[in-house]
This record gives sequence, C-alpha cells and structure tokens, in this order.
Amino acid sequence: MDTSPYIELRDVVFNRGNRRIFDGVSLDIPRGRITAIMGPSGTGKTTLLRLIGGQLKPDSGSVVVAGENVPQLKRKALYRLREKMGMLFQSGALFTDLSVFENVAFPLRVHTTLPEDMIRDIVLMKLEAVGLRGARDLMPAELSGGMTRRVALARSIALDPELIMYDEPFTGQDPIAMGVLVKLIRDLNSTMGLTSVLVSHDVPESLSICHYACIVADGRIIGDGTPEELRAHPSEQVQQFLRGHPDGPVPFHYPAADAAQDWSVAGRGD
Amino acid sequence: MDRLAAFGRLGMSVIASLGRSGRFLVGALAGVPRPSVGFPLLLKQLYSVGVLSLAIIVVSGLFIGMVLGLQGYTILSDYGSEAAIGQMIALTLVRELGPVVTALLFAGRAGSALTAEIGLMKATEQLSSMEMMGVDPLRRVIAPRLWAGFISVPVLAAVFSVVGIWGGMLVGVEWLGVFEGSFWGNMQSSVSFTADVLNGVVKSLVFGFVCTWIAVYQGYDCVPTSAGISAATTKTVVYSSLAVLGLDFVLTAVMFGDF
Repeated sequence: MDTSPYIELRDVVFNRGNRRIFDGVSLDIPRGRITAIMGPSGTGKTTLLRLIGGQLKPDSGSVVVAGENVPQLKRKALYRLREKMGMLFQSGALFTDLSVFENVAFPLRVHTTLPEDMIRDIVLMKLEAVGLRGARDLMPAELSGGMTRRVALARSIALDPELIMYDEPFTGQDPIAMGVLVKLIRDLNSTMGLTSVLVSHDVPESLSICHYACIVADGRIIGDGTPEELRAHPSEQVQQFLRGHPDGPVPFHYPAADAAQDWSVAGRGD
Repeated sequence: MDRLAAFGRLGMSVIASLGRSGRFLVGALAGVPRPSVGFPLLLKQLYSVGVLSLAIIVVSGLFIGMVLGLQGYTILSDYGSEAAIGQMIALTLVRELGPVVTALLFAGRAGSALTAEIGLMKATEQLSSMEMMGVDPLRRVIAPRLWAGFISVPVLAAVFSVVGIWGGMLVGVEWLGVFEGSFWGNMQSSVSFTADVLNGVVKSLVFGFVCTWIAVYQGYDCVPTSAGISAATTKTVVYSSLAVLGLDFVLTAVMFGDF
C-alpha cells in the first residue's frame, strides 16, 4: 500500500486582511487514515479545509493534494481534482430546492453520463449507507439537523471520492445523532479506504475515532501525534485544550486595556 | 485631509467592486453549457423570473395605460385634438414607460428575489459546496439567471406596452368616446417601427442586462449574514432604479436628441 501522505502542507502562510491566520503551518495527512484537526474556535480550522480544497489560496507555501500543488492548478484541473474530494459542511449545505434523492444524485448527474436507473441504484445505495433510504422523497426543510448531515454525507460520497473532509460534524448534535455520525465516519473510512480529515473542537469524539490528530492554535500547530501521544503531550497549551481548563496559556480574558483605566479609578484625587 | 483620504478610499472600493462585477460577468457568461444541461436550468429560471413577473407587469401596464388615457384626453381636449390620444399613448409607452417602468418593476419583483436567493445560497454554503463538488456556481447558478433576466425584460416590456395601449383604448374609446378609427389610425401613421419600437426594444435590452447583472452580482458578493443579505437586496433595488433612470436619460438623448 502507498504510504506517502495524501496531503502535504509546507510552510503555509495565510492572512485574512491584516490578521495572520496561519504562520508557517506544515502538516502531513496520511493516506487512508482519519486525521483530526482540533483547536479552539476561530483558529482557522475551516480555513485549512478551504486551502486544501483550493477555495482559498495561501499567501506562501504549498498545499499538495494527491501529488498536485493546489494553489497552482488551473481552473479546469482544480475542478477535476475536486471530483476526488468530498466535503461535509457544517450546515450540511443541501440544495434547498431539491429533494433528498436529487441532492444525492446531483454530483452524479453533473459529472457522469450514467443512465437514470443506474443513478437511482447508486443514490439508494449511498442513502442506505447512511441509513436514510426511506427519507429519499423528503425535502431538506423536513429533515432534522442530524439527518441533514447524513444526507450531505451521502451526497459527498456519491462519486466515491478518495478524500473526505468533515467540517465540525458534531457541532450542535444530540448524543444519538453524534453517535451515528461517529460510527458513519469510522465505517466509511474503513469500508471505502477513504482518507478522512476531520475538523472539530469536540475532543472526546474526535480522539475516539481518529488515528492521528493535531491541534492548531495561534496560527501554528502546537501539538500532533496519535491520540495517546497527545494525551501525554508535555505542552501546557495542549493539555489546557484537551482538558478544557478555562484559564491557562490561552487566557480567559480577551486582550483589553488596563482595567484601572477602563473604570477610570486611576489618578482620581491626584 | 482625512476627508480626502476617505474619499479616495471610497473611490478605490467602488472601482474594485466594478472590477469584481466585471470579472464575475465574464466568468458567468464565458462557458456555454451542453444544451441538455443548460436548457432545463434556463427554462426554470425563465419561469421564476419572467412568467411569475407577468401578473404585476400586466396589472401595472393596464393601469398606466388607463391613466395615460384619462390625462391625455384632459390635456388634448383643450386643444380639440383628442383624436390624437392613441398616438400619444402609444408613443409614451413604447418609447419611455414600457421599458422604464418594466425595468423598475422587474428590479423590485424579480431582481430583489434573485439577490436574496443567491445571497442565502451563499450564506448556507450551498455555493461553496457546489464548488467543492467540482461544479462552478458561476455557470450552474448564475449564468441561467443572467440569461433569464436578459430574455425576460424585453418580452415583459413588450407585454407592458401592449396591455397599456389596450388600457388606454378602454378609457379613451370605450369610456370617453373618442372615435375608434382615429384612435388606431393616428397611432398607426405616427408610430415608426425603427425609430420608436426598435429604440424601445434597445432600451429594454439594456435595462434588462443592467438590472439582472446588478441583482445577481449583489447576491453573489453579499456579506453572508442576515444583515448582509438585507443590505444587498436594498442595494439591488436602489442601484437598479438609479441605473435605469440614468441610462434612460442617456439613451433618450442619443436616440431622440438630434432635432
């Protein structure tokens, strides 16, 4: 089996306006494994997925996916590469004007010339895989949050991609829906031999399914390794994130002016 | 000095926005899809942009025609020339009111809907997810809407003018008793196909192009939040109206300005 990393990021620098989001991030994502990218909200985890998918371009550094340097790809080559990628968006991002069946059929209709009965078989297979074959005629507005994500998952595996990226799959899910998603992500990875990238800040769920994890904070990777290695990581910042301590290297207070100044207690009576 | 800098920044952002909208237009219209894919998409948009706007166009056209009939009769009868009412109504509608009012109504009825729909698709990541599926939203979502607008507005303007003339006839001939023969006869002899009708069609083509472009671009470029979508919808209606009225003056000056 090919053991080279599926995605390689090298010294990626990315700025949004004047804010530096990534300051020289290097990361290898192994083939056929589940990699979790964790970190506090607002550290650019979703941005990382968009860099991999070529929706954003880094200011410097390279993003190599399946041997191709994404930022340098021409439009056509980029769209062809994306056919090998599936992405599950946080909101599901189903097309609200299409039924569940048509949503899953969408990538097949656009990218293949398969006959209608074969499209039907594939769509029903994909829906069966996420347990929603019976929901094929519903409209996205009739689905619960967990079901929406499962349909979106079925849609993103419709073309049998090599890579699937999950953007915060567990956020806002009830415990049962979360359990279903954890099982689905694990099963899909092992049965389809997918490379999975999972962006999340739900530590226990992510660590329970991933083979490899890294933690992003302050524009760089502060710790990476297998879940066991991370739990024993010496860095205080990593431990604070994994255990959820309210104060520590990541301060409780947003940077602010001197408290005395804000309440204007200093200098009074001088 | 600060004010000058702020003015400069405003100018830069306006120019940058114009540039983005130009690239956006080229990107959307560059690729011609397979007819089997593109045609159903276009039909669907023609229905929601064009056919569903018919009601407001027909009703407005009827009332504007009837008002023209009443006002025209009042003014023209002072000079004893109420027989010229047909000509007046037809010229007003075909040259000016047809294209202009249709474009204004279109911006309010269909343009704002386009902006809101595309803005919401952006906010709910539908456009992003399409991109990640290897489908260019500019071609899949934007292009059919643009073409539907380009096609619909001239047709709607023609419908508007026809209904308006019929409304004017109802008031002038049926109600106020102008002789029907002179109503239609004067109209026929004074309305020129090239100078009046075709110029009106050119106007409505231009307005359709501008209104749809503004609407679709504002949706695509909006800040993907509820406040952003509402701001974009407002901008669509305001910019479209101003553009239509301003362009109408320019076009009229070019078409009918040489005395």
